[in-house]
Amino acid sequence: MSPRRRLSLGQRLVIAAPYLWIAAFFLAPMLLVAKISVSQSVLARPPYRPIFMFSDSLAELWAKAQDFTLDSYRALVSDTLYLESYLSSLTIAAVATLITLIVAFPFALAMARAPERLRPILIGLAVAPFWTSFLIRVYAWIALLKDEGLINNALMALGLISAPLQMYATSGAVVVGIVYSYLPFMLLPIYAALERQDASLREAAADLGASPAQVFLRVTLPLSREGVIAGSLLVFIPAVGEFVIPDLLGGSETLMIGRTLWNDFFSNHDWPAASAAAIALVALLMVPLLLWERARLKEEGGR
Amino acid sequence: MSAAASYARRATLFAGFVFLYAPIVILAVMSFNASRLVSVWGGFSTKWYAALLDNEQLLHSAKISLAAAFVSATIATLLGLLAAVALARFGGFRTRLLFFGAVHAPLVLPEVVLGLALLTCFVALGVGRGFVTLVIGHVTLTMCFTTVAILAALRDCDPTLEEAAMDLGATPPEAFLRVALPRIAPAIVTAFLLAFTLSLDDLVIASFATGPGATTLPMRIYSQVRLGVSPQINAISTLLLALVAVALGLAAAVSYWRGSRK
Repeated sequence: MSPRRRLSLGQRLVIAAPYLWIAAFFLAPMLLVAKISVSQSVLARPPYRPIFMFSDSLAELWAKAQDFTLDSYRALVSDTLYLESYLSSLTIAAVATLITLIVAFPFALAMARAPERLRPILIGLAVAPFWTSFLIRVYAWIALLKDEGLINNALMALGLISAPLQMYATSGAVVVGIVYSYLPFMLLPIYAALERQDASLREAAADLGASPAQVFLRVTLPLSREGVIAGSLLVFIPAVGEFVIPDLLGGSETLMIGRTLWNDFFSNHDWPAASAAAIALVALLMVPLLLWERARLKEEGGR
Repeated sequence: MSAAASYARRATLFAGFVFLYAPIVILAVMSFNASRLVSVWGGFSTKWYAALLDNEQLLHSAKISLAAAFVSATIATLLGLLAAVALARFGGFRTRLLFFGAVHAPLVLPEVVLGLALLTCFVALGVGRGFVTLVIGHVTLTMCFTTVAILAALRDCDPTLEEAAMDLGATPPEAFLRVALPRIAPAIVTAFLLAFTLSLDDLVIASFATGPGATTLPMRIYSQVRLGVSPQINAISTLLLALVAVALGLAAAVSYWRGSRK
Protein backbone atom coordinates (compact mmCIF):
# COMPACT_ATOMS: atom_id res chain seq x y z
CA MET A 1 0.00 0.00 0.00
CA SER A 2 1.24 3.48 -0.75
CA PRO A 3 2.20 5.56 2.28
CA ARG A 4 -0.55 7.48 3.97
CA ARG A 5 -0.34 11.15 3.37
CA ARG A 6 -2.18 14.39 3.86
CA LEU A 7 -4.38 15.62 1.06
CA SER A 8 -3.94 18.96 -0.67
CA LEU A 9 -6.60 21.64 -0.23
CA GLY A 10 -8.09 20.91 -3.67
CA GLN A 11 -8.28 17.22 -2.93
CA ARG A 12 -9.95 17.94 0.38
CA LEU A 13 -12.60 19.98 -1.36
CA VAL A 14 -13.30 17.07 -3.73
CA ILE A 15 -13.65 14.58 -0.92
CA ALA A 16 -15.57 16.86 1.46
CA ALA A 17 -19.01 16.53 -0.15
CA PRO A 18 -19.24 12.70 -0.34
CA TYR A 19 -17.54 12.37 3.04
CA LEU A 20 -19.91 14.76 4.81
CA TRP A 21 -22.93 13.12 3.17
CA ILE A 22 -21.88 9.66 4.33
CA ALA A 23 -21.03 10.91 7.80
CA ALA A 24 -24.35 12.71 8.22
CA PHE A 25 -26.73 10.27 6.56
CA PHE A 26 -25.06 6.92 7.03
CA LEU A 27 -22.48 6.77 9.83
CA ALA A 28 -24.39 9.01 12.27
CA PRO A 29 -27.72 7.18 11.74
CA MET A 30 -26.02 3.80 12.19
CA LEU A 31 -24.43 5.00 15.46
CA LEU A 32 -27.85 6.23 16.56
CA VAL A 33 -29.34 2.79 15.85
CA ALA A 34 -26.56 1.22 17.93
CA LYS A 35 -27.39 3.63 20.75
CA ILE A 36 -31.14 3.00 20.55
CA SER A 37 -30.49 -0.74 20.66
CA VAL A 38 -29.19 -0.34 24.23
CA SER A 39 -31.92 2.12 25.23
CA GLN A 40 -35.19 1.39 26.97
CA SER A 41 -38.52 1.27 25.25
CA VAL A 42 -40.97 3.92 26.50
CA LEU A 43 -44.36 5.20 25.46
CA ALA A 44 -43.35 8.57 24.04
CA ARG A 45 -41.98 10.09 20.89
CA PRO A 46 -39.23 9.17 20.21
CA PRO A 47 -40.19 5.90 21.91
CA TYR A 48 -36.94 5.27 23.73
CA ARG A 49 -34.78 6.72 26.48
CA PRO A 50 -32.31 8.06 27.45
CA ILE A 51 -32.18 11.04 25.11
CA PHE A 52 -29.02 13.07 25.31
CA MET A 53 -29.04 16.84 24.85
CA PHE A 54 -26.21 19.18 23.99
CA SER A 55 -27.23 21.23 27.00
CA ASP A 56 -26.71 18.29 29.40
CA SER A 57 -23.94 18.64 31.95
CA LEU A 58 -21.50 15.77 32.39
CA ALA A 59 -23.27 14.68 35.57
CA GLU A 60 -26.61 14.62 33.77
CA LEU A 61 -25.10 12.60 30.92
CA TRP A 62 -23.70 10.11 33.41
CA ALA A 63 -27.04 9.83 35.19
CA LYS A 64 -28.83 9.26 31.90
CA ALA A 65 -26.26 6.71 30.80
CA GLN A 66 -27.43 4.54 33.73
CA ASP A 67 -30.55 3.93 31.68
CA PHE A 68 -28.62 1.91 29.10
CA THR A 69 -29.58 -1.72 29.06
CA LEU A 70 -28.84 -4.87 27.13
CA ASP A 71 -32.45 -6.02 27.53
CA SER A 72 -33.14 -5.80 23.79
CA TYR A 73 -30.20 -8.08 23.03
CA ARG A 74 -31.27 -10.50 25.78
CA ALA A 75 -34.73 -10.53 24.19
CA LEU A 76 -33.14 -11.40 20.85
CA VAL A 77 -31.77 -14.59 22.36
CA SER A 78 -34.72 -15.50 24.57
CA ASP A 79 -37.59 -14.43 22.31
CA THR A 80 -38.32 -17.34 19.99
CA LEU A 81 -39.84 -15.02 17.35
CA TYR A 82 -36.44 -13.46 16.69
CA LEU A 83 -34.48 -16.69 16.82
CA GLU A 84 -36.94 -18.35 14.47
CA SER A 85 -36.83 -15.34 12.14
CA TYR A 86 -33.04 -15.45 11.94
CA LEU A 87 -32.92 -19.21 11.44
CA SER A 88 -35.69 -19.22 8.88
CA SER A 89 -34.12 -16.24 7.01
CA LEU A 90 -30.82 -18.11 6.81
CA THR A 91 -32.52 -21.34 5.72
CA ILE A 92 -34.70 -19.71 3.05
CA ALA A 93 -31.77 -17.65 1.74
CA ALA A 94 -29.49 -20.71 1.66
CA VAL A 95 -32.04 -22.91 -0.14
CA ALA A 96 -32.83 -20.10 -2.61
CA THR A 97 -29.12 -19.49 -3.25
CA LEU A 98 -28.55 -23.17 -3.96
CA ILE A 99 -31.49 -23.35 -6.37
CA THR A 100 -30.40 -20.11 -8.07
CA LEU A 101 -26.97 -21.69 -8.55
CA ILE A 102 -28.50 -24.85 -10.03
CA VAL A 103 -30.65 -22.78 -12.41
CA ALA A 104 -27.95 -20.24 -13.30
CA PHE A 105 -25.00 -22.55 -13.96
CA PRO A 106 -26.31 -24.38 -17.05
CA PHE A 107 -27.82 -21.10 -18.29
CA ALA A 108 -24.47 -19.29 -17.93
CA LEU A 109 -22.64 -22.24 -19.50
CA ALA A 110 -24.97 -22.23 -22.51
CA MET A 111 -24.38 -18.49 -22.94
CA ALA A 112 -20.61 -18.77 -22.56
CA ARG A 113 -20.48 -21.54 -25.19
CA ALA A 114 -22.79 -19.80 -27.64
CA PRO A 115 -21.24 -18.34 -30.83
CA GLU A 116 -19.21 -15.28 -29.92
CA ARG A 117 -21.26 -12.75 -31.90
CA LEU A 118 -24.46 -13.86 -30.08
CA ARG A 119 -23.02 -13.54 -26.57
CA PRO A 120 -23.52 -9.78 -26.06
CA ILE A 121 -27.17 -10.10 -27.16
CA LEU A 122 -27.79 -13.09 -24.87
CA ILE A 123 -26.19 -11.42 -21.87
CA GLY A 124 -28.13 -8.23 -22.61
CA LEU A 125 -31.40 -10.17 -22.68
CA ALA A 126 -30.52 -11.95 -19.45
CA VAL A 127 -29.73 -8.71 -17.60
CA ALA A 128 -32.55 -6.58 -19.05
CA PRO A 129 -35.16 -7.67 -16.44
CA PHE A 130 -32.82 -6.33 -13.74
CA TRP A 131 -33.54 -2.82 -15.02
CA THR A 132 -37.30 -3.29 -14.64
CA SER A 133 -39.07 -2.79 -11.34
CA PHE A 134 -38.22 -5.36 -8.69
CA LEU A 135 -41.60 -4.83 -7.04
CA ILE A 136 -43.44 -5.49 -10.30
CA ARG A 137 -41.44 -8.64 -11.03
CA VAL A 138 -42.31 -10.03 -7.59
CA TYR A 139 -45.93 -8.95 -8.05
CA ALA A 140 -46.10 -10.78 -11.39
CA TRP A 141 -45.61 -14.08 -9.55
CA ILE A 142 -48.76 -13.61 -7.48
CA ALA A 143 -50.93 -14.09 -10.58
CA LEU A 144 -49.00 -17.28 -11.39
CA LEU A 145 -48.92 -18.87 -7.94
CA LYS A 146 -52.37 -18.08 -6.51
CA ASP A 147 -54.91 -20.85 -5.88
CA GLU A 148 -56.95 -19.61 -8.86
CA GLY A 149 -53.73 -18.55 -10.65
CA LEU A 150 -52.33 -19.60 -13.98
CA ILE A 151 -50.12 -22.50 -12.87
CA ASN A 152 -52.91 -24.14 -10.88
CA ASN A 153 -55.37 -23.59 -13.74
CA ALA A 154 -52.99 -25.12 -16.25
CA LEU A 155 -52.27 -28.14 -14.04
CA MET A 156 -55.99 -28.70 -13.44
CA ALA A 157 -56.81 -28.33 -17.15
CA LEU A 158 -54.20 -30.97 -17.89
CA GLY A 159 -55.80 -33.20 -15.29
CA LEU A 160 -52.58 -33.52 -13.29
CA ILE A 161 -54.19 -32.28 -10.08
CA SER A 162 -57.82 -32.23 -8.97
CA ALA A 163 -57.60 -29.47 -6.38
CA PRO A 164 -55.44 -26.33 -6.48
CA LEU A 165 -52.04 -26.65 -4.88
CA GLN A 166 -51.34 -24.13 -2.15
CA MET A 167 -48.28 -22.35 -3.58
CA TYR A 168 -48.99 -18.66 -2.94
CA ALA A 169 -48.35 -17.49 0.64
CA THR A 170 -45.84 -20.22 1.44
CA SER A 171 -42.11 -20.29 2.07
CA GLY A 172 -41.73 -22.11 -1.25
CA ALA A 173 -43.20 -19.09 -3.04
CA VAL A 174 -40.62 -16.89 -1.27
CA VAL A 175 -37.83 -19.17 -2.54
CA VAL A 176 -39.21 -18.94 -6.10
CA GLY A 177 -39.41 -15.16 -5.79
CA ILE A 178 -35.78 -14.92 -4.61
CA VAL A 179 -34.52 -17.25 -7.36
CA TYR A 180 -36.38 -15.24 -9.99
CA SER A 181 -35.40 -11.78 -8.72
CA TYR A 182 -31.74 -12.48 -8.03
CA LEU A 183 -30.94 -14.74 -11.00
CA PRO A 184 -28.94 -12.03 -12.87
CA PHE A 185 -26.65 -11.59 -9.84
CA MET A 186 -25.69 -15.26 -10.03
CA LEU A 187 -25.66 -15.43 -13.81
CA LEU A 188 -23.20 -12.60 -14.48
CA PRO A 189 -20.23 -13.67 -12.32
CA ILE A 190 -20.53 -17.32 -13.41
CA TYR A 191 -20.79 -16.30 -17.05
CA ALA A 192 -17.73 -14.06 -16.66
CA ALA A 193 -15.73 -16.90 -15.09
CA LEU A 194 -16.81 -19.43 -17.75
CA GLU A 195 -16.24 -17.09 -20.66
CA ARG A 196 -12.66 -16.37 -19.53
CA GLN A 197 -11.77 -20.06 -19.59
CA ASP A 198 -9.38 -21.17 -22.28
CA ALA A 199 -11.05 -23.76 -24.53
CA SER A 200 -7.66 -25.40 -25.14
CA LEU A 201 -7.62 -26.58 -21.50
CA ARG A 202 -10.77 -28.63 -22.13
CA GLU A 203 -9.40 -29.93 -25.41
CA ALA A 204 -6.17 -30.96 -23.69
CA ALA A 205 -8.14 -32.86 -21.02
CA ALA A 206 -10.22 -34.58 -23.73
CA ASP A 207 -7.06 -35.45 -25.70
CA LEU A 208 -5.64 -37.04 -22.58
CA GLY A 209 -8.69 -39.31 -22.40
CA ALA A 210 -11.14 -37.49 -20.14
CA SER A 211 -14.83 -38.10 -20.84
CA PRO A 212 -17.06 -35.00 -21.29
CA ALA A 213 -18.34 -35.49 -17.73
CA GLN A 214 -14.80 -35.66 -16.40
CA VAL A 215 -13.81 -32.56 -18.36
CA PHE A 216 -16.74 -30.72 -16.79
CA LEU A 217 -16.08 -31.92 -13.24
CA ARG A 218 -12.30 -31.59 -13.25
CA VAL A 219 -11.68 -28.59 -15.52
CA THR A 220 -14.75 -26.42 -16.14
CA LEU A 221 -16.26 -26.55 -12.64
CA PRO A 222 -13.08 -25.92 -10.59
CA LEU A 223 -12.09 -23.04 -12.87
CA SER A 224 -15.47 -21.33 -12.36
CA ARG A 225 -15.16 -21.45 -8.56
CA GLU A 226 -14.63 -17.71 -8.11
CA GLY A 227 -17.71 -16.88 -10.15
CA VAL A 228 -19.80 -19.36 -8.18
CA ILE A 229 -18.65 -17.93 -4.84
CA ALA A 230 -19.17 -14.31 -5.90
CA GLY A 231 -22.61 -15.08 -7.34
CA SER A 232 -23.68 -17.02 -4.25
CA LEU A 233 -22.72 -14.14 -1.95
CA LEU A 234 -24.49 -11.62 -4.20
CA VAL A 235 -27.68 -13.68 -3.86
CA PHE A 236 -27.38 -14.89 -0.27
CA ILE A 237 -26.57 -11.59 1.44
CA PRO A 238 -29.49 -9.51 0.13
CA ALA A 239 -31.83 -12.50 0.38
CA VAL A 240 -31.28 -12.82 4.16
CA GLY A 241 -32.46 -9.25 4.78
CA GLU A 242 -35.18 -9.30 2.11
CA PHE A 243 -38.50 -7.65 2.99
CA VAL A 244 -40.56 -7.27 -0.20
CA ILE A 245 -40.49 -10.91 -1.35
CA PRO A 246 -41.52 -12.57 1.95
CA ASP A 247 -44.13 -9.88 2.51
CA LEU A 248 -45.79 -10.28 -0.91
CA LEU A 249 -45.31 -13.98 -1.61
CA GLY A 250 -44.89 -15.49 1.87
CA GLY A 251 -47.62 -16.59 4.23
CA SER A 252 -48.18 -15.28 7.74
CA GLU A 253 -46.02 -18.12 9.05
CA THR A 254 -43.10 -17.25 6.76
CA LEU A 255 -40.78 -15.54 9.22
CA MET A 256 -37.94 -13.53 7.80
CA ILE A 257 -35.90 -11.09 9.81
CA GLY A 258 -36.46 -8.14 7.43
CA ARG A 259 -40.19 -8.55 7.89
CA THR A 260 -40.01 -9.07 11.67
CA LEU A 261 -37.89 -5.93 11.94
CA TRP A 262 -40.35 -3.92 9.83
CA ASN A 263 -43.30 -5.05 11.95
CA ASP A 264 -41.49 -4.31 15.21
CA PHE A 265 -40.71 -0.85 13.99
CA PHE A 266 -43.96 0.18 12.33
CA SER A 267 -46.61 -1.92 14.07
CA ASN A 268 -45.22 -2.47 17.56
CA HIS A 269 -43.21 0.76 17.83
CA ASP A 270 -40.55 -1.10 19.75
CA TRP A 271 -37.58 0.83 18.42
CA PRO A 272 -34.97 -0.59 20.81
CA ALA A 273 -35.96 -4.16 19.88
CA ALA A 274 -35.91 -3.38 16.15
CA SER A 275 -32.56 -1.60 16.48
CA ALA A 276 -30.98 -4.50 18.35
CA ALA A 277 -32.30 -6.88 15.69
CA ALA A 278 -30.84 -4.62 12.98
CA ILE A 279 -27.41 -4.51 14.63
CA ALA A 280 -27.44 -8.29 15.06
CA LEU A 281 -28.43 -8.73 11.41
CA VAL A 282 -25.54 -6.54 10.24
CA ALA A 283 -23.14 -8.54 12.43
CA LEU A 284 -24.54 -11.78 10.99
CA LEU A 285 -24.02 -10.63 7.39
CA MET A 286 -20.47 -9.51 8.13
CA VAL A 287 -19.46 -13.12 8.84
CA PRO A 288 -19.69 -14.52 5.27
CA LEU A 289 -18.16 -11.32 3.87
CA LEU A 290 -15.16 -11.47 6.19
CA LEU A 291 -14.66 -15.19 5.49
CA TRP A 292 -14.73 -14.45 1.77
CA GLU A 293 -12.28 -11.57 2.12
CA ARG A 294 -9.93 -13.74 4.20
CA ALA A 295 -10.05 -16.58 1.67
CA ARG A 296 -9.34 -14.11 -1.12
CA LEU A 297 -6.38 -12.57 0.71
CA LYS A 298 -4.98 -16.03 1.49
CA GLU A 299 -5.24 -17.02 -2.16
CA GLU A 300 -3.54 -13.83 -3.29
CA GLY A 301 -0.80 -14.26 -0.67
CA GLY A 302 -0.26 -17.84 -1.81
CA ARG A 303 0.40 -16.82 -5.39
CA MET B 1 -19.13 -29.18 -30.94
CA SER B 2 -21.45 -32.18 -31.21
CA ALA B 3 -25.02 -31.78 -32.43
CA ALA B 4 -26.41 -33.12 -29.14
CA ALA B 5 -24.47 -30.54 -27.14
CA SER B 6 -25.70 -27.81 -29.44
CA TYR B 7 -29.34 -28.87 -28.97
CA ALA B 8 -28.88 -29.06 -25.20
CA ARG B 9 -27.42 -25.57 -25.24
CA ARG B 10 -30.35 -24.17 -27.22
CA ALA B 11 -32.89 -25.91 -25.00
CA THR B 12 -31.19 -24.51 -21.88
CA LEU B 13 -31.17 -20.99 -23.28
CA PHE B 14 -34.82 -21.31 -24.29
CA ALA B 15 -35.88 -22.57 -20.85
CA GLY B 16 -33.83 -19.87 -19.13
CA PHE B 17 -35.35 -17.04 -21.12
CA VAL B 18 -38.88 -18.41 -20.71
CA PHE B 19 -38.35 -18.43 -16.94
CA LEU B 20 -37.04 -14.85 -17.03
CA TYR B 21 -39.65 -13.37 -19.34
CA ALA B 22 -42.87 -15.40 -18.99
CA PRO B 23 -44.06 -13.75 -15.75
CA ILE B 24 -43.49 -10.27 -17.20
CA VAL B 25 -45.21 -11.09 -20.50
CA ILE B 26 -48.19 -12.68 -18.73
CA LEU B 27 -48.53 -9.57 -16.57
CA ALA B 28 -48.55 -7.36 -19.67
CA VAL B 29 -51.14 -9.57 -21.41
CA MET B 30 -53.35 -9.52 -18.30
CA SER B 31 -53.36 -5.71 -18.31
CA PHE B 32 -55.44 -5.92 -21.52
CA ASN B 33 -57.86 -8.45 -20.04
CA ALA B 34 -61.39 -7.06 -19.75
CA SER B 35 -62.11 -9.44 -16.88
CA ARG B 36 -61.00 -8.70 -13.33
CA LEU B 37 -60.04 -12.33 -12.81
CA VAL B 38 -56.62 -13.69 -13.67
CA SER B 39 -58.08 -17.02 -14.70
CA VAL B 40 -60.75 -15.71 -17.08
CA TRP B 41 -60.05 -14.03 -20.41
CA GLY B 42 -62.87 -11.54 -20.84
CA GLY B 43 -61.70 -10.13 -24.17
CA PHE B 44 -59.27 -7.37 -25.15
CA SER B 45 -59.76 -4.05 -23.42
CA THR B 46 -57.83 -0.90 -22.64
CA LYS B 47 -60.25 0.18 -19.93
CA TRP B 48 -57.72 -0.31 -17.11
CA TYR B 49 -55.41 2.15 -18.84
CA ALA B 50 -58.25 4.64 -19.18
CA ALA B 51 -59.00 4.18 -15.48
CA LEU B 52 -55.38 5.06 -14.67
CA LEU B 53 -55.84 8.53 -16.13
CA ASP B 54 -58.66 9.19 -13.66
CA ASN B 55 -56.67 7.93 -10.70
CA GLU B 56 -55.40 11.24 -9.32
CA GLN B 57 -53.57 9.62 -6.39
CA LEU B 58 -51.61 7.28 -8.62
CA LEU B 59 -50.67 10.04 -11.08
CA HIS B 60 -49.58 12.33 -8.25
CA SER B 61 -47.40 9.55 -6.81
CA ALA B 62 -45.91 8.86 -10.23
CA LYS B 63 -44.90 12.52 -10.49
CA ILE B 64 -43.33 12.44 -7.03
CA SER B 65 -41.43 9.26 -7.86
CA LEU B 66 -40.10 10.67 -11.13
CA ALA B 67 -39.07 13.95 -9.50
CA ALA B 68 -37.39 12.19 -6.57
CA ALA B 69 -35.61 9.80 -8.94
CA PHE B 70 -34.31 12.68 -11.09
CA VAL B 71 -33.10 14.84 -8.19
CA SER B 72 -31.61 11.98 -6.17
CA ALA B 73 -29.90 10.39 -9.20
CA THR B 74 -28.33 13.75 -10.08
CA ILE B 75 -26.97 14.28 -6.56
CA ALA B 76 -25.89 10.64 -6.22
CA THR B 77 -24.02 10.74 -9.54
CA LEU B 78 -22.16 13.92 -8.57
CA LEU B 79 -21.26 12.58 -5.12
CA GLY B 80 -20.35 9.21 -6.62
CA LEU B 81 -18.06 10.89 -9.15
CA LEU B 82 -16.27 12.84 -6.39
CA ALA B 83 -15.96 9.73 -4.21
CA ALA B 84 -14.65 7.65 -7.13
CA VAL B 85 -12.05 10.31 -8.01
CA ALA B 86 -10.88 10.35 -4.38
CA LEU B 87 -10.63 6.54 -4.23
CA ALA B 88 -8.99 6.09 -7.64
CA ARG B 89 -6.63 9.07 -7.79
CA PHE B 90 -5.73 10.28 -4.28
CA GLY B 91 -3.58 7.29 -3.26
CA GLY B 92 -3.53 6.05 0.32
CA PHE B 93 -4.74 9.03 2.33
CA ARG B 94 -5.53 8.81 6.02
CA THR B 95 -9.05 7.50 6.83
CA ARG B 96 -9.20 5.99 3.30
CA LEU B 97 -10.27 2.64 4.76
CA LEU B 98 -13.13 4.24 6.70
CA PHE B 99 -14.18 6.18 3.59
CA PHE B 100 -13.96 3.08 1.38
CA GLY B 101 -15.95 0.97 3.84
CA ALA B 102 -18.63 3.59 4.44
CA VAL B 103 -19.08 4.21 0.71
CA HIS B 104 -19.53 0.51 -0.02
CA ALA B 105 -21.47 -0.52 3.09
CA PRO B 106 -25.00 0.24 1.79
CA LEU B 107 -24.34 -2.30 -1.00
CA VAL B 108 -24.53 -5.18 1.47
CA LEU B 109 -26.68 -3.56 4.14
CA PRO B 110 -30.30 -4.75 4.14
CA GLU B 111 -32.53 -1.88 3.01
CA VAL B 112 -34.67 -2.32 6.10
CA VAL B 113 -31.65 -1.49 8.28
CA LEU B 114 -30.66 1.58 6.26
CA GLY B 115 -34.25 2.83 6.23
CA LEU B 116 -34.62 2.33 9.96
CA ALA B 117 -31.34 4.19 10.60
CA LEU B 118 -32.43 7.14 8.45
CA LEU B 119 -35.84 7.37 10.09
CA THR B 120 -34.45 7.32 13.64
CA CYS B 121 -32.02 10.02 12.58
CA PHE B 122 -34.76 12.25 11.09
CA VAL B 123 -36.88 11.80 14.22
CA ALA B 124 -33.95 12.57 16.53
CA LEU B 125 -33.20 15.74 14.59
CA GLY B 126 -36.88 16.70 14.61
CA VAL B 127 -36.98 16.95 10.81
CA GLY B 128 -40.43 16.68 9.23
CA ARG B 129 -40.54 13.87 6.69
CA GLY B 130 -41.45 14.54 3.08
CA PHE B 131 -39.89 15.02 -0.34
CA VAL B 132 -36.54 16.28 0.99
CA THR B 133 -36.01 13.35 3.35
CA LEU B 134 -37.11 10.99 0.57
CA VAL B 135 -34.37 12.39 -1.69
CA ILE B 136 -31.82 12.17 1.14
CA GLY B 137 -32.71 8.51 1.65
CA HIS B 138 -32.44 7.69 -2.04
CA VAL B 139 -29.13 9.51 -2.48
CA THR B 140 -27.70 7.56 0.46
CA LEU B 141 -28.99 4.30 -1.01
CA THR B 142 -27.87 4.87 -4.62
CA MET B 143 -24.58 6.69 -4.03
CA CYS B 144 -22.71 3.44 -3.41
CA PHE B 145 -23.90 2.08 -6.77
CA THR B 146 -22.86 5.22 -8.67
CA THR B 147 -19.48 5.23 -6.90
CA VAL B 148 -18.81 1.59 -7.81
CA ALA B 149 -19.83 2.11 -11.46
CA ILE B 150 -17.69 5.23 -11.93
CA LEU B 151 -14.77 3.83 -9.90
CA ALA B 152 -14.57 0.78 -12.20
CA ALA B 153 -14.36 3.04 -15.27
CA LEU B 154 -11.75 5.32 -13.65
CA ARG B 155 -9.56 2.33 -12.79
CA ASP B 156 -9.64 1.21 -16.44
CA CYS B 157 -8.63 4.71 -17.47
CA ASP B 158 -4.82 5.03 -17.52
CA PRO B 159 -3.72 7.76 -15.00
CA THR B 160 -0.46 8.31 -16.93
CA LEU B 161 -2.49 10.17 -19.59
CA GLU B 162 -3.57 12.68 -16.96
CA GLU B 163 0.01 12.87 -15.69
CA ALA B 164 1.17 13.61 -19.23
CA ALA B 165 -1.38 16.43 -19.47
CA MET B 166 -0.10 17.87 -16.20
CA ASP B 167 3.50 17.62 -17.42
CA LEU B 168 2.39 19.68 -20.39
CA GLY B 169 1.14 22.39 -18.05
CA ALA B 170 -2.46 21.46 -17.22
CA THR B 171 -3.61 21.92 -13.62
CA PRO B 172 -4.94 18.73 -11.95
CA PRO B 173 -8.61 19.80 -12.38
CA GLU B 174 -7.96 20.63 -16.05
CA ALA B 175 -6.22 17.34 -16.63
CA PHE B 176 -9.14 15.49 -15.07
CA LEU B 177 -11.87 17.42 -16.88
CA ARG B 178 -10.24 17.28 -20.32
CA VAL B 179 -8.55 13.86 -20.27
CA ALA B 180 -10.31 11.50 -17.86
CA LEU B 181 -13.87 12.87 -17.84
CA PRO B 182 -14.61 12.35 -21.57
CA ARG B 183 -13.38 8.78 -21.29
CA ILE B 184 -15.55 7.91 -18.28
CA ALA B 185 -18.62 9.76 -19.61
CA PRO B 186 -20.46 6.52 -20.60
CA ALA B 187 -19.96 5.15 -17.07
CA ILE B 188 -21.35 8.39 -15.61
CA VAL B 189 -24.46 8.05 -17.77
CA THR B 190 -24.85 4.41 -16.71
CA ALA B 191 -24.42 5.42 -13.06
CA PHE B 192 -27.12 8.07 -13.40
CA LEU B 193 -29.54 5.62 -15.04
CA LEU B 194 -28.82 2.99 -12.42
CA ALA B 195 -29.50 5.46 -9.61
CA PHE B 196 -32.63 6.69 -11.39
CA THR B 197 -34.14 3.20 -11.79
CA LEU B 198 -33.18 2.17 -8.24
CA SER B 199 -34.85 5.27 -6.82
CA LEU B 200 -37.94 4.87 -9.02
CA ASP B 201 -38.31 1.27 -7.87
CA ASP B 202 -37.50 1.58 -4.18
CA LEU B 203 -40.19 0.71 -1.68
CA VAL B 204 -38.35 0.05 1.56
CA ILE B 205 -36.23 3.20 2.00
CA ALA B 206 -39.12 5.36 0.76
CA SER B 207 -41.52 3.87 3.33
CA PHE B 208 -39.15 4.88 6.13
CA ALA B 209 -37.92 8.20 4.74
CA THR B 210 -40.95 9.88 3.24
CA GLY B 211 -43.92 11.65 4.81
CA PRO B 212 -47.66 11.86 4.19
CA GLY B 213 -47.46 14.41 1.37
CA ALA B 214 -44.92 12.50 -0.70
CA THR B 215 -46.17 8.95 -1.19
CA THR B 216 -44.20 7.31 -3.99
CA LEU B 217 -45.54 5.13 -6.80
CA PRO B 218 -44.04 1.87 -5.42
CA MET B 219 -45.70 2.63 -2.06
CA ARG B 220 -49.10 3.02 -3.78
CA ILE B 221 -48.54 -0.14 -5.82
CA TYR B 222 -47.48 -2.01 -2.71
CA SER B 223 -50.50 -1.00 -0.66
CA GLN B 224 -52.79 -2.04 -3.56
CA VAL B 225 -50.96 -5.32 -4.14
CA ARG B 226 -51.39 -6.32 -0.51
CA LEU B 227 -55.14 -6.33 -1.22
CA GLY B 228 -54.63 -8.68 -4.16
CA VAL B 229 -53.99 -8.60 -7.90
CA SER B 230 -55.66 -5.59 -9.47
CA PRO B 231 -56.04 -4.84 -13.21
CA GLN B 232 -55.09 -1.19 -12.72
CA ILE B 233 -51.81 -2.22 -11.14
CA ASN B 234 -51.23 -4.56 -14.10
CA ALA B 235 -51.76 -1.59 -16.41
CA ILE B 236 -49.38 0.78 -14.63
CA SER B 237 -46.82 -2.02 -14.28
CA THR B 238 -47.00 -2.67 -18.01
CA LEU B 239 -46.48 1.02 -18.73
CA LEU B 240 -43.38 1.05 -16.51
CA LEU B 241 -42.07 -2.14 -18.15
CA ALA B 242 -42.67 -0.66 -21.60
CA LEU B 243 -40.79 2.49 -20.59
CA VAL B 244 -37.76 0.43 -19.53
CA ALA B 245 -37.98 -1.75 -22.66
CA VAL B 246 -37.95 1.33 -24.91
CA ALA B 247 -35.02 2.86 -23.00
CA LEU B 248 -33.01 -0.38 -23.15
CA GLY B 249 -33.83 -0.81 -26.85
CA LEU B 250 -32.60 2.72 -27.56
CA ALA B 251 -29.42 2.15 -25.55
CA ALA B 252 -28.76 -1.11 -27.42
CA ALA B 253 -29.41 0.57 -30.78
CA VAL B 254 -27.05 3.45 -29.95
CA SER B 255 -24.23 1.14 -28.85
CA TYR B 256 -24.76 -1.06 -31.94
CA TRP B 257 -24.69 2.00 -34.19
CA ARG B 258 -21.52 3.33 -32.54
CA GLY B 259 -19.93 -0.10 -32.72
CA SER B 260 -20.66 -0.49 -36.43
CA ARG B 261 -19.21 2.94 -37.24
CA LYS B 262 -15.82 2.09 -35.76
